[in-house]
Amino acid sequence: MSSINQLLLEAKSVTKYFGTITALENVDLKIHAGECLGVVGDNGAGKSTLMKVLSGLYKPSAGSLFFDGKEKILESPKDSQNLGLEMVYQDLALAGNLPIGENIFLGREPTKNLGLLKFLDYKKIKELTDAHLGKLKINVKSADQKVEELSGGQRQAVAIARSTAFNAKVVIMDEPTAALAIKEVGKVLDLINSLKQTGVGVIVISHRMDDIFAVCDRVMALFQGTNFAESELSKTSRDEVIGWIMGKK
Amino acid sequence: MENKDQEKNSLYLKIMPYLEKYGILLLLVIMIVVMHFLQPDVFLSWRNVTNVFKQISWQSMLALGVFMVIVTAGIDLSVGSIMMLSLMILAIVAKAGAPWYIVVITPLIAGFLCGLFNGLGITLLRMPHPFIMTLGTLYIFRGTGNLISGGTPISGFTDEVRYLGHGRIDLTWLGLEKSQYLPVSLVLIAIVYIIFWIFMNKTRTGKWIYAIGGNPNAARASGINVNKILVIVYSLCGFLSGIGALILAGRTDSGYPNAGLQSELDAIAACIIGGASFFGGRGTVLGVFAGVMIMGILRNGLNLMDVSSFWQQVLIGSIIVLAVYIDVLRRDLGTRK
Repeated sequence: MSSINQLLLEAKSVTKYFGTITALENVDLKIHAGECLGVVGDNGAGKSTLMKVLSGLYKPSAGSLFFDGKEKILESPKDSQNLGLEMVYQDLALAGNLPIGENIFLGREPTKNLGLLKFLDYKKIKELTDAHLGKLKINVKSADQKVEELSGGQRQAVAIARSTAFNAKVVIMDEPTAALAIKEVGKVLDLINSLKQTGVGVIVISHRMDDIFAVCDRVMALFQGTNFAESELSKTSRDEVIGWIMGKK
Repeated sequence: MENKDQEKNSLYLKIMPYLEKYGILLLLVIMIVVMHFLQPDVFLSWRNVTNVFKQISWQSMLALGVFMVIVTAGIDLSVGSIMMLSLMILAIVAKAGAPWYIVVITPLIAGFLCGLFNGLGITLLRMPHPFIMTLGTLYIFRGTGNLISGGTPISGFTDEVRYLGHGRIDLTWLGLEKSQYLPVSLVLIAIVYIIFWIFMNKTRTGKWIYAIGGNPNAARASGINVNKILVIVYSLCGFLSGIGALILAGRTDSGYPNAGLQSELDAIAACIIGGASFFGGRGTVLGVFAGVMIMGILRNGLNLMDVSSFWQQVLIGSIIVLAVYIDVLRRDLGTRK
């Protein structure tokens, strides 16, 4: 698999200020196709800020982003989506009152247009949803089920399905297992592994060493808004990574 | 044990969507049956039924507008004042001698612009809650209506202007009697409700309105321009209030300072009775229609039975509380903990 080495996304010396507070300072990040990168760090280390910069929700105060080797300036999350970057938010960012299928395609629904009016193509939404859930081996009773009726793990699976419905190249997951029952964690980790196999680059932010060591190929630690340490997973240990989080090498 | 739970769950899954969709219609049917037994000669007579529809005609427009706003988890307190201001502008334009097709269109434009003002205020001024913006415009619009009219009624419109609120569709060609006519306002309610049912359920914008109410962050993260959709919703709400003004002009043949006073509360009540959730994302156009009908039938029935209007207030208030309590119970059953 030569695609493993293809560089999908690179952040170079990203800096972000909020007023007088420095949230990120000269942070670098790389993600390759078919690779899972674990990002660790204590609360306030800048993980979430960095992800929001990557997804275009925040504009960096300095530094640059390269998608497929080309420098891009993101004005909004829409821009990063168009470049193949998707974000699975910690609060899941699903609308509980809508069914699974409509959540997966929210904002990008297939429509039949009649002049200015855009009518939803419910049949196509259902077909695409069933096909996509099948591809990721996600089991739900029906794609018409409302998301608020699902368990935490099923919701996470829907959120991940949502992020990959449009041929995403890079998927960022913020604490994908934080809110889950133990027996559901395994299913989500399996899902991450099958995403990797399809050539997607996955960035996982997590506090749980079990998750990091189950799915990641590489791990990087942020400390007080800076790159603190980085290593192939095979060349480090849990204790060392935990030390990085505390700021000890 | 688990099997039993699953059976129970799947039963809920089968029944709940129907209850959620049509439960309120059941309540409406029960009310109609009860009223029919209490007033067998009068209640279901042609005259009385058309009367109910004429009475709810303009309220039903306000309720529909407020409904869309409530689906986004917002609120519009200014619809009564928008209607009054639109009505006053209509009256002034009519008195100035403008042709009827101009007169008819002015309240629609005025209502739309008022709604646009609300929407832009809420989004551009970043008001902490739509309650505050529309509470402000509740006063601003009514005050403006009084300023431009001098606070006095302006009466006397042409038949064309009064057509939507006062017109009759003759049905004698169906072999019915002259008194068995169809009010134009009834047809208008049907058309407007069908259009907005299609808008809310079949179009992408309608789906986004529900999504914003369900989880605004999810909508934003999905690339939906939440502020733009909100401006559209408040503008449409104002537009519907403008239609309400046009109907009211036909019914009363007059622009008067107290038009639509406190009708924003009736509109909100109809939405709540109809099953719209104050937290947003929940409710149906059919439900709002049922809510408007329930309030209309209650008032009409109690009038027929000579019950004092004070009792009507007590009853409508009780129904609001009861309807929301049923909603709470329903949600306990329908949602996983």
